[in-house]
Amino acid sequence: MEPFTYRRASSTEDALATHGSATRGAKFLGGGTNLVDLMRLGVETPSELVDVSRLECSIDAGEDGGLRIGAGVRNSELAADRRVRSRYPALAQALLAGASGQLRNLATTGGNLLQRTRCPYFQDVTKPCNKREPGSGCPAREGEHRNLAIVGHSEHCVATHPSDMAVALAAFDAVVHTSRRAIPLVDFHRLPEDEPWRDTVLEPDELIVAVEVPPLAVAARSTYRKVRERASFAFALVSVAAAYDGNDIRIAFGGLAHKPWRAFAAEEAIRSGASFRDAAEAELEQAKPLRDNAYKVELAARTLVRALEELS
Amino acid sequence: MAELQPIALTVNGEHHSLVVDTRTSLLDLLREHLGLTGSKKGCDHGQCGACTVLLDGRRANACLALAVAHDGADVVTVEGLDHPLQDAFVERDAFQCGYCTPGQLCSAVGMLDEAERWDERLDADYVRDRMSGNICRCGAYPNIVAAIEDVA
Repeated sequence: MEPFTYRRASSTEDALATHGSATRGAKFLGGGTNLVDLMRLGVETPSELVDVSRLECSIDAGEDGGLRIGAGVRNSELAADRRVRSRYPALAQALLAGASGQLRNLATTGGNLLQRTRCPYFQDVTKPCNKREPGSGCPAREGEHRNLAIVGHSEHCVATHPSDMAVALAAFDAVVHTSRRAIPLVDFHRLPEDEPWRDTVLEPDELIVAVEVPPLAVAARSTYRKVRERASFAFALVSVAAAYDGNDIRIAFGGLAHKPWRAFAAEEAIRSGASFRDAAEAELEQAKPLRDNAYKVELAARTLVRALEELS
Repeated sequence: MAELQPIALTVNGEHHSLVVDTRTSLLDLLREHLGLTGSKKGCDHGQCGACTVLLDGRRANACLALAVAHDGADVVTVEGLDHPLQDAFVERDAFQCGYCTPGQLCSAVGMLDEAERWDERLDADYVRDRMSGNICRCGAYPNIVAAIEDVA
C-alpha cells in the first residue's frame, strides 16, 4: 500500500476544506471496507484520507414523513431501523442481502453508494481497464463477463454496480444530498458511455451528506429478491427491488448495469394492465447481453415475476 | 515515505498508546504491535472473517479497519473473550484446525448481541445467514451452528 496521511474531519466544512486544499490524491474515507481493500490491491492510491465516517450518523424523520439517512449511518443500523423495516422493507432486506454482518457494521450509507465495481479486470492492476486506467481497453468484453452488464453498457465498459442498497433506494425515489446540491438517486450513478472512470455525477470536491427517502405508501408493501451463486455473502447475478400494492408500482434491478436500473418501462406496462411477464419483457427488450451473460435476461424476467407474485 | 501517527486504544481492557504507520490495519496492530495473535489473517480482504474482533462492541473485520481510523476505540479480541459460547464450541467440537475459531467466536458473540438488540428471531437459518462472513475451510459449519444455538 502507498503511504498516505490521515485526518479525521470535524465537520462537513472541515472535510471539504481539508479535501480542497490537498493534492489531487485526497479521498474521503467512510467505513473503508471497499476503499482500504482497493488501496491494498493498488487500484486506489490516495495521498490523503479525510475520514468523514463520524459526521452524519443519524436517521431522522423528515417533515413530510420520509427519512433522512446520514451518510455515516452504518448499513447494519439502517437495516435494523424500525421505520425502515416497516415502511421500506425492501431497503432493509437489500441491506441485509449485502456483504456480511461484520462488513455491514463498518460500511456507511455514503460509502455504499460510492463502492466500486467488482469487475475482475478493474480489481487487477496487471490488466487493462478503462475504468481504472482510461484508454487502456476493456478485456471483459471478450473475457470473463458472466456477471457483468446486459443493459446500458458501452464499448468502453461492461461493469456492473455492486450495491444492493442502492437498488432499493432507486425504486423508492431516494434523493442524494451532497455538500452542494440534491441529486435523485436514479441520476446519481452514471452509465459508462465514453467516460467509464466516472461512476457517479459527484464532483471531486463534493461530499455526500445524507440520503433522503421520501414518503411512499406503496413502499410498505415491497420486497427485495437477490439471485447469487451462494445463499449468502455474494454479489448479485440479478436482483430486484419491487413495491406493488395492486395499484402503485416501483421496480428496480441490480446486477444488470453500471447503475441501479430503475425499470420505468416495466412499471408503465404494469400500470397499463400488462401481465408481470409482459412487463418484464417490456423492460428487458433493450438488453444487449454479451457472449456469456445472456442467462441474465431470462433470470431477471423470472426474478421480477416472482417478486411481483410475492407481493400480489 | 511512511506517514506515522500516534493513536490510543483499549484492547481487552488494557490501555495502549503507540505510534503507527497510517497504513497499519487494526489486525496488524493487534498481532504485530501488541503480540495478540489470536485474531488471524486469512484473506486480508474482508472475505474470510478470521480477523473478526469486537470493535466498540460491534463485530468487524480488523483487516479492513485502518488503525488510525479507530483512535480511541475499545477492542475485544478472542484473548479477552469470556463467554459461554467458548465452552459450547468445545462441547460441540465446532472446529477442526481451529484457524477460523477466534473469528467465529467474536463474530458469533457480536451476532448474538445484534439479534437481541434488533429483536430478531434466532434459528439455524438465521445463524447460517448472519455467520456467512466467517469461512471454515474444514467445514465444521454444522457444529458451529449447533454451538451457537446452544447458547442463544
